[in-house]
Amino acid sequence: MADSHAQDIDKHVRTYIIVFVSLMALTLVTVAVAFIEMPVWMAIAVALFIASVKGSLVACYFMHLISEKKLILVTLIFTVFFFVGLLLLPVFTHMDAIEL
Amino acid sequence: MGKNRDSGKDAGREKLGAQEHGHHELGFWRKYVFSTDHKVIGIQYAITGLMFLLFGFCLMMLMRWQLAYPEQPIPLIGGLLGDLRAPGGVMLPEFYNQLGAMHGTIMVFLGVVPLAVGGFGNFVLPLQVGAPDMAFPKLNMFSYWSLFCGGMIMFASFFMPGGAAQSGWTSYAPLANIAPTGQTAWLIGMIFLITSSLLGSVNFIVTAIQLRAKGLTFMRLPFFCWAQLITAFLLLLAFPPLEAAGVLQLMDRVAGTSFFMPSGLVVSGEVVQGAGQGSPLLWQHLFWFLAHPEVYVLILPAMGIVAEIVANNTRKPLWGYKAMVYSVMFLAFMSFIVWAHHMFMTGMGTTMAAFFQTTTMIISIPSVVILACLFLSLWGGSIRFNTPMLFALAFLPMFGIGGLTGLPLGLTATDIHLHDTYYVIGHFHYVVAPGTIFALFAGVYYWFPKATGRKMSEFLGKLHFWPSLIFMNVIFMPMFVQGLAGVSRRLYDGGQVYAHAGPVLGLNKMMSFGAWGLAIAQIPFIINFFMSIRMGEKASDNPWDATTLEWVAPSPPPHGNFLTEPVVYRGAYDYSVPGESRDFVPQNQPTEA
Amino acid sequence: MDIPYVDAPRADTGLTNGKLGIWLFLASEVMLFGALFATYIILRTGSIDWPLGRDILNVPMATLNTIVLISSSVTMVMAWASLMRKDLGKFRLFMGLTVMFGFGFLIIKYFEYSAKLHHGLLPSTNNFLAIYFTLTGLHAIHVIGGMAVNAYLWGPGAKLWKTRPEWFTNRVEYAGLFWHFVDLVWIFLFPILYLL
Repeated sequence: MADSHAQDIDKHVRTYIIVFVSLMALTLVTVAVAFIEMPVWMAIAVALFIASVKGSLVACYFMHLISEKKLILVTLIFTVFFFVGLLLLPVFTHMDAIEL
Repeated sequence: MGKNRDSGKDAGREKLGAQEHGHHELGFWRKYVFSTDHKVIGIQYAITGLMFLLFGFCLMMLMRWQLAYPEQPIPLIGGLLGDLRAPGGVMLPEFYNQLGAMHGTIMVFLGVVPLAVGGFGNFVLPLQVGAPDMAFPKLNMFSYWSLFCGGMIMFASFFMPGGAAQSGWTSYAPLANIAPTGQTAWLIGMIFLITSSLLGSVNFIVTAIQLRAKGLTFMRLPFFCWAQLITAFLLLLAFPPLEAAGVLQLMDRVAGTSFFMPSGLVVSGEVVQGAGQGSPLLWQHLFWFLAHPEVYVLILPAMGIVAEIVANNTRKPLWGYKAMVYSVMFLAFMSFIVWAHHMFMTGMGTTMAAFFQTTTMIISIPSVVILACLFLSLWGGSIRFNTPMLFALAFLPMFGIGGLTGLPLGLTATDIHLHDTYYVIGHFHYVVAPGTIFALFAGVYYWFPKATGRKMSEFLGKLHFWPSLIFMNVIFMPMFVQGLAGVSRRLYDGGQVYAHAGPVLGLNKMMSFGAWGLAIAQIPFIINFFMSIRMGEKASDNPWDATTLEWVAPSPPPHGNFLTEPVVYRGAYDYSVPGESRDFVPQNQPTEA
Repeated sequence: MDIPYVDAPRADTGLTNGKLGIWLFLASEVMLFGALFATYIILRTGSIDWPLGRDILNVPMATLNTIVLISSSVTMVMAWASLMRKDLGKFRLFMGLTVMFGFGFLIIKYFEYSAKLHHGLLPSTNNFLAIYFTLTGLHAIHVIGGMAVNAYLWGPGAKLWKTRPEWFTNRVEYAGLFWHFVDLVWIFLFPILYLL
């Protein structure tokens, strides 16, 4: 019983190493891409995309979200929804404001 | 992970403390002041909340003098206030503004929430789910003392140079940015209060989800527990943006940043120095992102209390329990996307205004469902008109008025006329004062026997109830009239400067006498509360013949609450079940099978 | 009665109290940083002269800091994995490394901040610097807090391993979740502030 448990951890450790290397690589990519000429909106989209990939790796594998219980996942989904609302609704309101 | 699936009674359990096994008695300080027992902490929160409610009420009574008798010296205490606040006993406008801002802040954050959530939530929730305590008792204690520190800072702010915060409880930029020192104290105080709530909400959610007794499924939870659970989620996710905003405003005030300071701001003829390009509206967004869910924090625990008392005193199950549960979940969700209905008059375009108006109209639906279910629960009931039930019954139409008057405020077209008028003040006071506070009174009368082992006097209870109900309406109903006539809120002279308001200003005197009458009506309550602790009629474990688990524990419950671990076999409201010998069956009574 | 579900999870939720508690706390932290990101968006979209991050800020230092923090995340999860393998020695090694990486982050940050102050670049100078200092400052406070907990678990807190190994392992897991979150915030902060 303890052995299979240890084997599980071995598998996990392998994953951690792979994720670590990926994160390092993506960090270098993030910096390299930043020096390529592109329109601002594209630069933002690319930067956020790469950051999201890195973030997902940390969340899914270091924080074990990929195998986490439903209750935690549901809480986080709602949180992300409200987070996005907090980010977008104020700036939409500003963009929609009447011009004086 | 965890191959031992909670095997055995002691596996994976945290010992509650020395008292648990009677190894050695805790000293006075550890038992009554720095206790980690949820019941002691609950009572600490409740007493703190009640005292701040009284203090906040006193601030308002001073304001009402100024509104009834503008520029007249305040009798009795006018001389005590000093020349900085009331030279010659006549209130200065700056002091009026301090009273206004602090009345709101104290009532919301130091009065209602500590009593409704900290007090009732802490004391009742673990008992109703059959738990020995909250999930994190030490965190619970820390939450209370954080609140206490915040409260002391808020109180102390009155004595700082320039006085207390005076830019409304809403602390709008840029006015709050340039206000005197009391505003800085307000911001620091808020950080303590918010931290208290955040840590508390983690405790409440984990307790409600993880510590439910065996057999207590979610759909067997008393509605009170659902209300507290959902409230905790609101606090958890909505408060952090205000904490962030508070830090940003602190930095604007103390570190010279311009988060909320626009360019070219002119104050008293001088251009304000600084980087500028800040956004005052940003403050409003961040503030209302919290403050809208906050109003549901103010009402949901009250609905929870009323639900328990109504079921108990109609001797019937709640009508539409499932609908109420789903409604409260939907309400919480919607509450995060309606906030800018407080900002309709900030130059918002029609698209976003339509968005927020729509979400606001949608959010009224679950509120109406809950209220309707509570009303329908009365139908066919054997109603007992004891004091808790009187307050709970009064809550229903009072909250109804409050809720209905919210509709013209949520509709942009009518809000143009009503925004920032006394109509708004009337609306939210109906919901909070004869609404929530009545429910909180009901809760005090209802759970007093559980906490103390004695009942409060019914006679004094009724003496408290009837005048309170009358005076609440005397104070707040005329506000709708004044608001519709165009009297703005936060006016030092009560509207005298408006020619169009002339006909309705006479109401100010009546409203002020209503406020002072309401104060006198609280005297029977205060006497009753303290007298009954020692001299009240002794109460059994279950004096109300109620079904929920807190009534299984002794009155008052010992440390650890239950003598044996409770097991639940049925829903929360088995009243008047056909075939049963009594008109109620406690949740922990096994079924026949 | 004792409080259950500290060492082992509750059957129907599959969670221990602490696991649920720390995730709830992290959810609130998402909203806290969210408010500051919203602030960044509003200030930048309303600004006429928003500077390019890399013109003002030290990109090499921040890249190094990113590498340091990601490394500390790996050592943190390895520290927990060591406890799962019942290897207290390896735990001590990895947790020690995590704390050291944390120190490294703070030292680099110190150099970064003092260089700014030396050049007279303060939060009050403009809104970009204001939000930069606030976001990275709040993040740094979280790093310090996480390090304090990690240092405690590495040091005096490790006594718990002898009497309640499951509870100790769980506590390390919760500390790890917080630490990974701190790393996650930085993963977004870095490109947003320094590169865009």
